[in-house]
Amino acid sequence: MIYHISTHFRPPSQTHTLTMAKQEQLVLLDYWTSIYGMRVRIALAEKGLSYEHRQEDLRNKSQLLLDSNPVHKQIPVLIHNGNPICESSIIVEYIDDVWKDKAPLLPSDSYAKARARFWADFIDKKLYQIGSKLYTKKGEEHESSRKEFMDCLKLLEGELGDKPYFGGETFGYLDVSLIPFYSWFQAYETYGNINFDHEFPKLIAWAKRCIQNKESVSNSLPDLPKILGFVQYMRKKFGIEE
Amino acid sequence: MGNESEIRLLGTAASPFVNRVQFALNLKSIKYEYIEEYLARKSELLLTSNPVHKKVPVLLHANKPPICESQIIIEYLDEIQPDLFQLLPSASLDRANCRFWAAYIDNKFFPLYEELRRTTKKAGQEAIKEQMIEATKLLEEAFVKSSNGKAYFGGDQVGYLDVVLGCFVRWIKHVDELNDFNTFDEVRVPELAKWAKNVSSHEALKSVTPGVETLVSFFGLLHIYKPPYQ
Repeated sequence: MIYHISTHFRPPSQTHTLTMAKQEQLVLLDYWTSIYGMRVRIALAEKGLSYEHRQEDLRNKSQLLLDSNPVHKQIPVLIHNGNPICESSIIVEYIDDVWKDKAPLLPSDSYAKARARFWADFIDKKLYQIGSKLYTKKGEEHESSRKEFMDCLKLLEGELGDKPYFGGETFGYLDVSLIPFYSWFQAYETYGNINFDHEFPKLIAWAKRCIQNKESVSNSLPDLPKILGFVQYMRKKFGIEE
Repeated sequence: MGNESEIRLLGTAASPFVNRVQFALNLKSIKYEYIEEYLARKSELLLTSNPVHKKVPVLLHANKPPICESQIIIEYLDEIQPDLFQLLPSASLDRANCRFWAAYIDNKFFPLYEELRRTTKKAGQEAIKEQMIEATKLLEEAFVKSSNGKAYFGGDQVGYLDVVLGCFVRWIKHVDELNDFNTFDEVRVPELAKWAKNVSSHEALKSVTPGVETLVSFFGLLHIYKPPYQ
């Protein structure tokens, strides 16, 4: 696995031209460990958009966050010219919709679109919740979560098949949905007792491809040991024994 | 749209998620073949069409692989048949707003009804009802903003959110009756109450809404396969 992501990007061969004209104002309310926040950052980077990136203190949420997402009070929130958009998958689709002329993320074919949305929905419903049990649960619950987590990843590897990206020849919506989980792999490996290189070689190869070929990914994902450190810190804080 | 067998829908009559897709198909005048599934003994077709979740609804279109998850199915229908009865709005921000509330309805609001069905202790039931009251307050606000004085979330015409929430009205009424509750109370949520009456009487939904016997029978199945919490 690649543990230090930021050292793997290749310097850009050309400067990104900002695709924003006029005064488009973009603010992203985020938290550095959030898989969901990373998705939005990747999408914004794919479109070459500049934005104000604000880190929230989740124990002391800003008034802006509470006003922008009164229903869930959660990050990420993208505020575009004063309009808040919430829920990472919805934000990514919004970004793809508005800036449709550059680096399209969703495929144009209706069926392929439905398929990408189905797997993104699967990831949203299953992967994070089950993954978190790997470092919060013990005993039988831990064992069944581990099995379920690996089953999910096997299904995703099946969907990838022999394609370079989930989107086919090009990096797309489903790649954006899943790649942020890569930054949590060392944490999952450590607490889930999973050897990713051995169990999921195709996924690891895909992740490497994304990191090496996509600056949007290498600039948006934190290094794996940092996430592992965060999980260790949270376990201590919540009294989960080492 | 071609002949009837080009689109097939796997479903079960009592499922609000299936009704949702049928509502959309009817609005868009898309002919389809409906295949009733008996969920206690799932067919080979269902299990191979939705191996991941093994749930209905599943849409089969011509020789394409199956499409699962009701909201995804409806967005697909809107894309293949955009000209007749467009459900999602055209503006990006409005679409994001629709998707936000659709996610809220499926992930936060409707699960409360399953929780209530399975909760036997009085204190637990009261706590869930409190959450339902909060949720309907939010939905009332969302409705007022979205409808802009008109009859539906979509305005003059039924739109995406009317389909997403409308399919639950009958199911909710059934759970309400079993629990001495009134979700769409005219005093608490007057606009939503009016809307619930309007949407349930819309022909495209009324024609697929299950009768009380179907619901009772299905709830009987649920009682066995997803029994009340101990």
